[in-house]
Amino acid sequence: MAASNARAVLPQNAGVTVANTIQQTEHKTEKRAIAIKKAKTAGEKILKSGIVTWLLLLLIWQIASLFHSPDFLPGPAKTLQGFLEVAKSGVLWADIKISLQRVGIGWARGILIAVPLGLLIGAFKPFRWIFEPFINFFRFVPAIGFLTLFLMWFGVGEASKTVLITYASIFPIIINTIAAVAAIDPVKYQAAESLGANKLQSFLTVTVPGAVPGIFTGLRLGLSGAIISIVAAEMLAANSGIGYLVYTSRLYYRTDWIFVGIVVLGLIGFFADKLLRFLAKILLRHYGVKE
Amino acid sequence: MSEKNKIQVIHLKKKYETSDTKKSLLFSKNINPDAVFAGAEEGYVLNDVSLEIKEGEFHIFLGASGCGKSTLLNIIAGFLDKTEGKVLLDGKEIRKPGRDRGVVFQNADSAIFPWLNVYRNVEYGLKVQKVNKAKRKEIVQNALELVGLSEHARKYPSELSGGMKQRVQIARSIASDPEILIMDEPFGALDAQTRRTLQDELIQIWQKTGKTILFVTHDLQEAVYLGQRISIFSAAPDANIATRVEVPFAYPRDLNAPEVTTFTAEVHQKLDEAINAHGTSDVDKSA
Repeated sequence: MAASNARAVLPQNAGVTVANTIQQTEHKTEKRAIAIKKAKTAGEKILKSGIVTWLLLLLIWQIASLFHSPDFLPGPAKTLQGFLEVAKSGVLWADIKISLQRVGIGWARGILIAVPLGLLIGAFKPFRWIFEPFINFFRFVPAIGFLTLFLMWFGVGEASKTVLITYASIFPIIINTIAAVAAIDPVKYQAAESLGANKLQSFLTVTVPGAVPGIFTGLRLGLSGAIISIVAAEMLAANSGIGYLVYTSRLYYRTDWIFVGIVVLGLIGFFADKLLRFLAKILLRHYGVKE
Repeated sequence: MSEKNKIQVIHLKKKYETSDTKKSLLFSKNINPDAVFAGAEEGYVLNDVSLEIKEGEFHIFLGASGCGKSTLLNIIAGFLDKTEGKVLLDGKEIRKPGRDRGVVFQNADSAIFPWLNVYRNVEYGLKVQKVNKAKRKEIVQNALELVGLSEHARKYPSELSGGMKQRVQIARSIASDPEILIMDEPFGALDAQTRRTLQDELIQIWQKTGKTILFVTHDLQEAVYLGQRISIFSAAPDANIATRVEVPFAYPRDLNAPEVTTFTAEVHQKLDEAINAHGTSDVDKSA
């Protein structure tokens, strides 16, 4: 009797233990699942932050440089050395400052010309008829094609450089603005008209705010156009600027300085675009600007 | 309902030209224009429509999708040109859009301005009409109160539900104090509950303001619930108003009351006849 009892008890206990173990393992797998999930989101975060991209780029650059002489392809370390050289002497900062200034002036002028023009072309047919052929002709002629002409026409001073940058930034802004106007829902114009708006009021209160998202895209592309053309602009009888640094470094056979210039140009563009998007997110939220 | 005619449509005909730029209207409503224009190249979309809407009346256009009721509404709003005939508002011919006709569009997202908050959306008409600021404030606040949006004046459209967006549209139109309120299936995209609420609110707004309302719908129940008179459209091409029905019930109506269900069934039958009669006993085609 006692034995059978004991026998009866044993499996019962065993059952409890098994249940416990199952519970524990369940608990463990649950924990592990959470941990995996956490790791996944952390991994996603790291990937999203772009750190992996940068490290990968550095790695490729480093490996590639191992197979070549530093004069042919300087590695990250050599470039950093070159960077410290030009940074310490103050040349780099002066170059960055003047280049930013030229990009800023050229781009701002481009915006002032391209946005109103794009809005008018988009909204009023006669403007389209007059200006569209122009735009479709000149947008295929790159800024660099005008290099010598601008030097001749605008002199060796700042004007020739900012004009070139303006030229480069105008077309993306105009084209995106025109497209933005075309994308405005016609119902919005009907609503404005039936609330008593005249043509001019419709233009100012529907066309202009309605085109903001496309204009913003244009500004971003225009800025990259401006930064791209800075090297060309500073090839024109300049004695300062990042473009000048890149262009003249070849004379001294300082490939590492060329690399410094390239990296700096890329970083300027990268952060300028980030800043632009950040500002738009705050200021233009209700206009439908998406990051 | 007074005896004075607010809107008169006299022998109106509409034929779409293939090059009609206003075709884009249909694109904006996600209707395939080729489907509408197929067969309409020769004939008329609307053929010889005549109609009177009395001052203060709640008038319904009822018909199947693509029957031309929105075309007629767009002509009355001034968005579309007519081919023949006349449309009069208070005896004066309508040629273009104007603030005497407030329009509440089907799709609130296309119609309201997302870059303006609720208050500024409602203020828009007054601003372009150059009403002074103090007066604007008073009118906007009244309009917002009328549609129950006073609490949400500072919100932006992206923060509003579909029903609230339609309330913004209604308030915006009412603020300009139009002679007639034109509504194009305004509650079609809303869920049943919100739709019923807005229908009740619309009746109250109508009773408070005494505006003439022209309301387009393809929803039979909605037509019987809201309207004083219902114009039933036959199918396009060569659409026409097949029948007119007076709705003999007082507001608020109970759609489940036996006499109302019987009446709804009658209207349903008339609607079916209007749609099916087409092409068999069509008198207007020869006219």
